[in-house]
Amino acid sequence: MTPPRRQRRSPGPDRPAAPAPPRATAKEDELPNPERLFVIGGEGGGERADIDLVTLIVARADPPVSATPEEAALLRLCAAPLSVAELSAYLSLPFSVVTVLLTDLLAKELVQARAPIVRQKVADRNLLEAVMHGLQKL
Amino acid sequence: MDFKNSDTIPGPRTEDRLPHTAEAAVKIVIVGGFGVGKTTMVGSVSEIRPLTTEETMTQAGIGVDDNYGSASKTATTVAMDFGRITITDELVLYLFGTPGQERFWFLWNGLFEGALGAVVLVDTRRLEVSFDVMGRLEERGVPFVVAVNTFPDAPRYPVAELRTALDLPEEIPILDCDVRRRASSRDVLMTLMRFLHALAMKGALT
Repeated sequence: MTPPRRQRRSPGPDRPAAPAPPRATAKEDELPNPERLFVIGGEGGGERADIDLVTLIVARADPPVSATPEEAALLRLCAAPLSVAELSAYLSLPFSVVTVLLTDLLAKELVQARAPIVRQKVADRNLLEAVMHGLQKL
Repeated sequence: MDFKNSDTIPGPRTEDRLPHTAEAAVKIVIVGGFGVGKTTMVGSVSEIRPLTTEETMTQAGIGVDDNYGSASKTATTVAMDFGRITITDELVLYLFGTPGQERFWFLWNGLFEGALGAVVLVDTRRLEVSFDVMGRLEERGVPFVVAVNTFPDAPRYPVAELRTALDLPEEIPILDCDVRRRASSRDVLMTLMRFLHALAMKGALT
């Protein structure tokens, strides 16, 4: 029996992942205040901080009295460094919602974000060797 | 979740806390079809019990998957399991298992950005499930290795035959594994790291 076959692709611009979303109908456009899926993100507006799933977050202060319950819970969780993915898991909130919360907390300087190491065009060999060494200990 | 009393939210167990010296994290993505063993692989090497992060599927997913019925405005939540390995006091490695089907590609934005590389986990009974995934990784320039999770009743092909079928160049590692075993899963990750290291050496020379 021979396995099914595929054809290799070369690097290039991304193909569209899905057809464009259908245009909103006129009726929807007229609604003054469409209900949002999540409204616990505070009033930070549309701008979101540059946060990755593996950005490590550390609280810089205890939750202030003014903190929302979500913010307070998040601040308590990251008393020690914790990735955004872990925060999302423990809080049972989608990554995008945690990102909104963190954008606010970063602006208020209540948390510190430790940026992830991202893959460069040529990966850092010392980094790769460190990871290999760590895996060998498993 | 009830946030009224945030003291009750379960956080990491004491032994699961990262040291304060943790400065940065890197990630590796394990991608494959349903039931191929992604979560098992994450669990077999992770130092923490695998956790789940969720993302909500918005317009991009609407109309793509009719199985969810007529609810065109219902947001679908997709879960991603992940685990963690502390490499040094400063460096942490995260492993994410993500479904490979096209309707989940919206999850890939941000996930593969900056990832060191990927493991494409395949089941020889459903080899074609992985074709699109490999194509996407190639297009994005994400280096990957192919790990064949050896299910007892799955057909076994010689590596050369698999390589031809998958149209993969000689340098991309293909290996068998049993993701239930920690040593086997670790070998897959080590193979990926050695491959990345070789790429880095090659890049440094040219």
